[in-house]
Amino acid sequence: MDWLQFLHAFWVGGLFCVVAQLLIDLTKLTPARILTGYVCAGVVLSAVGLYGPLKEFAGCGAAVPLTGFGHALAEGVREAVKTDGLLGALSGGLTAAATGVSASLFFALLWSLLFKSKQK
Amino acid sequence: MANNGVIRFTGGCYLAQTATTVGKKEHQGPLNAWFDASESDEYFGQSTFEQAESEMVRRNLRLLLEKANVKEEEIGAVLGGDLVNQCTGTSFGISGYQIPFLGLYGACSTIAEALLIGASLVSGGFLPSAVALASSHFCTAERQYRFPPEYGSQRTPTAQYTVTGTGAFLLTAEDTGIRVADGVLGVVTDGGITDANNMGAAMAPAAADTILRYFDHSGRSLADFDAVVTGDLGQEGLELTDELLQKCGLDIAPKHLDCGVLIYDAKKQDMHSGGSGCGCLASVLGGYFFQRMRRGELGRILAIGTGALLSANSAFQKLSIPSVAHAVCLESTTGKGA
Amino acid sequence: MDAKAYQTYTESRAKRSHVLRDCLRAFWVGGLICCLGQALSVLYQWAGMEEKPAGLCVSVTLIFLAGLLTGIGWFDRIARYAGAGTLVPITGFSNAVAAPAIDARAEGYVTGVAAKMFTIAGPVIVYGAVSSILYGVLYYLFTL
Repeated sequence: MDWLQFLHAFWVGGLFCVVAQLLIDLTKLTPARILTGYVCAGVVLSAVGLYGPLKEFAGCGAAVPLTGFGHALAEGVREAVKTDGLLGALSGGLTAAATGVSASLFFALLWSLLFKSKQK
Repeated sequence: MANNGVIRFTGGCYLAQTATTVGKKEHQGPLNAWFDASESDEYFGQSTFEQAESEMVRRNLRLLLEKANVKEEEIGAVLGGDLVNQCTGTSFGISGYQIPFLGLYGACSTIAEALLIGASLVSGGFLPSAVALASSHFCTAERQYRFPPEYGSQRTPTAQYTVTGTGAFLLTAEDTGIRVADGVLGVVTDGGITDANNMGAAMAPAAADTILRYFDHSGRSLADFDAVVTGDLGQEGLELTDELLQKCGLDIAPKHLDCGVLIYDAKKQDMHSGGSGCGCLASVLGGYFFQRMRRGELGRILAIGTGALLSANSAFQKLSIPSVAHAVCLESTTGKGA
Repeated sequence: MDAKAYQTYTESRAKRSHVLRDCLRAFWVGGLICCLGQALSVLYQWAGMEEKPAGLCVSVTLIFLAGLLTGIGWFDRIARYAGAGTLVPITGFSNAVAAPAIDARAEGYVTGVAAKMFTIAGPVIVYGAVSSILYGVLYYLFTL
């Protein structure tokens, strides 16, 4: 097992979180805006060719944060444009995101059947 | 005739009895012993939080009638409100009672508004008695203004925690020992604050304005009072109000108590700036302060309900938060205290 | 004091969040979640999966776990401590879908649960999709 991979996943993933924490504490950005911003930032970072190598280096440290979700969207679009041309721009992103989004929606429905909201 | 919103209940209106019901967090707080009832189930045995709040109002009104030993037919009217959309927390709770109902909205100042209008009706001789009440529930407020309870988010240090609680006050024309003497109707004040996590700062200008107008025009001075009690300014708003008033040459700090600060142990219960919500002043005034007045420990108090008049949409539209504060003077008629 | 001066004053006196403390917490919790992802990825590949599907399974597992923790009421407790540490990993997205879903049951499965799932996640999906479309168009034009 490659232990160094874990170390890199830890500090790269941690740093992504620190940047968001700074945005929460020092600006008036709400969590929902930060999530949205992270996904878009992931698309942009992937588009300029930075995110691929970062994921190569940090593994899940780059894949698990929501920027990784953006990277997946961008990668999907890139592949789809290569095979389907311009139409791929419309199909590639959400196709790549389908697993995560569908899982979230399906499980959320399940949880809403099983659990009840409680005061904390 | 300009009277600056000051009203005197010259016909006589008295506070006969109160009833208070609170939730779990308030039960765990330092004022626990002063509340009549508490409920550890945040659903109050119902299936939704909105119904829970209504059930809390329903039970608490029943409790008030029992404590005061009066029948519902004897009550002239119920005046009250809450924070749930269209005031449904209260109106659904009152439904089933054969008592005329006036729904009020003044955000967290609602109980002060209800006391002022109720006292006017009773002291004017229009009604033999009236009940003023207000309620709030943490979960209904969170659902409406913030996030669902299970959503993971951090609160800022100035954020406040909505009180699950309600207080009901029975007003009558017979002397019961505590008089609703006078009060001042608040003016909507906008300090330009847009941060919904800093309600204290949004409401402080309204509180200061109302307190100043009261002492300028009521003919009473701060020395006549044992305590100046604000509803839910929280630690942040309490300090800001004191500072604003000091700039105007009025130092209320030694006598200033805030129900939002009193109701929780901010450190131990991790409540940041303190409690808020319609139920905060209603439960603490009806529990802690009413009983201390009855015991003769407090002779005259000025209770100020402060309300932040925002909506979920106004916050999304980035509008600043206008606020209003209404003041009611309660005094002992037995000559105890100040 | 005019409104402008009052706003500046209240902002200057308001207690600040403990930025350093919050960042340290976000760092270690966020880092740990990524490590968990890494471990799962190793596990799935050891079990014979290819790297890409293993990565997708990692996401699905984390989404499942975050949702479960949301349901039993632990997620928001952890998030109150960790802040962005649980928000930024895919766990934050899962929580953003699950929490309104659980909360909105009273309003029905169509008008409540299903509709409210998208209050926070909707914008993420919309702007994610839109930026990927824009990128796709640009990519198409530049590789013609």
